[in-house]
Amino acid sequence: MQTYSAWSLLRHAFGGRQGWTPQWRRAAPKPQYDAVIVGGGGHGLGAAYYLAAEHGLTRVAVLEQGWVGGGSTGRNTSIVRSNYLFDESVRLYDHALDIWQDLAQVLNYNVMYSPRGVMMLAHTVHDVQVLKRHVHSNRCNGVGNEWLTPEQAKAFCPPLSIARDIRYPVLGATLQRRGGTARHDAVAWGYARAADALGVDIVENCEVVGIRRDAAGAVEALETSRGLIRSRKIGVSTAGLSSVVIGLAGVRLPIESFPLQALVSEPVKPVIPCVVMSNGIHAYISQSDKGELVIGAGTDAYTSYTQRGALHVNSHTLAAICELFPALRRMRMLRNWAGTVDVTPDRSPIIGKTPVPGLYVNCGWGTGGFKATPGAAHLLAWTMAHDEPHALVAPFCLERFRDGRLINEAAAAAVAH
Amino acid sequence: MLTIVCPYCGSRPEPEFAYAGQAHLARPADPGATGDDDWSAFLYLRTNTRGVHAERWRHLHGCARFFNALRDTTNDRFVATYRIGEAAPAALKEDRP
Repeated sequence: MQTYSAWSLLRHAFGGRQGWTPQWRRAAPKPQYDAVIVGGGGHGLGAAYYLAAEHGLTRVAVLEQGWVGGGSTGRNTSIVRSNYLFDESVRLYDHALDIWQDLAQVLNYNVMYSPRGVMMLAHTVHDVQVLKRHVHSNRCNGVGNEWLTPEQAKAFCPPLSIARDIRYPVLGATLQRRGGTARHDAVAWGYARAADALGVDIVENCEVVGIRRDAAGAVEALETSRGLIRSRKIGVSTAGLSSVVIGLAGVRLPIESFPLQALVSEPVKPVIPCVVMSNGIHAYISQSDKGELVIGAGTDAYTSYTQRGALHVNSHTLAAICELFPALRRMRMLRNWAGTVDVTPDRSPIIGKTPVPGLYVNCGWGTGGFKATPGAAHLLAWTMAHDEPHALVAPFCLERFRDGRLINEAAAAAVAH
Repeated sequence: MLTIVCPYCGSRPEPEFAYAGQAHLARPADPGATGDDDWSAFLYLRTNTRGVHAERWRHLHGCARFFNALRDTTNDRFVATYRIGEAAPAALKEDRP
């Protein structure tokens, strides 16, 4: 693996930039692996990397039906935070946040993690009570989150309107300073490059069409568009397509897939210094390092695999953004798109074992999977290597729906995770 | 934005409607005698079909009535809409997981 540094940049500049090699091999699938990850997004590539780096598995493959990072990894709004309500969630998401801190150094790849602060707005008395409860819950778990008055919120994010005469005035806000953004593509590419350097085969254009089980019911092979691939450990990390892929093994998941849209403006000079979210009026915004305003909201209403959404959903979001940031009213939007998100009944993920021996799942992240990328990858790898759920993901098992142990972040924040 | 044919009112734009999830779910007749697995399946397991999906809609800002629809979730095209109580048009229904 070529190491990236200021020195290598300089050296290759003088060499006419001819010396750079591809960041990972274009691998062809082998007939057998110790472990296979289905899904070449950040979660899947990361899991393969940790299987190789921390658990010593050398024969590992990642199968991706399209191209690396082309699914939900390339379609999200790249927000990173951990200010969830329940203890189990806070520990899970904060584990990811801990890994984000030095991920760029570990991978030798600039993932552009920028802890610029995540601010969540309260517009009603109910919002105020709910968000203050989040602050207290987070602080009990040792996670930084603080309450801001409208004036403090405006001082932190000057373009924010705190006028009292708008339909949903800002009554206060929470601020998680360690939250922020990262570069979504770089996360996938960084993990792909680091995993490849450890011998992981990253196989693109390889769609899984069947999961073969032995007489005892355990997984033994994957039928793919590029032939049969044998493995006794299979991890599925396929976001919106999770119920389809896991369904190949005869397992049903409590998941529905919805379109989630986002849009970006033309690039402008720095104007939004942090991430601002409003669950109450369904909008969030941040600014990429390139200068585009990155805007998103809740999902479309109906289940769909189209990776398309309706314009009136975006219009609703932009109406909210224009009210919160009057200065942006004449901004032009450059493009919009949608991804498919896998939503669980309690809006918490499902990570761990399935009823099928050797088949592991990491899904149900719904609208908020990006922030968890390094944590979910790390914990899925641990769970696959030990064949038992890591303590942090044990509460997020599939059985919680049968046992009535939901981790109901849906009630805590129904949209804009 | 989708155009949806309400079986009572005719063709209307999507914002008049509310989506109401998978259709033809039957609540277990005797919940007390239903085991945990079956009960949680009733509560939480949905087909999440990639293909033609039977689902409920409500013409909220119109006649306010619920009705059923078959929609292809790979292209969002409505195959048929029909009234509550009617069976799904069998010839059109394609069961793909």
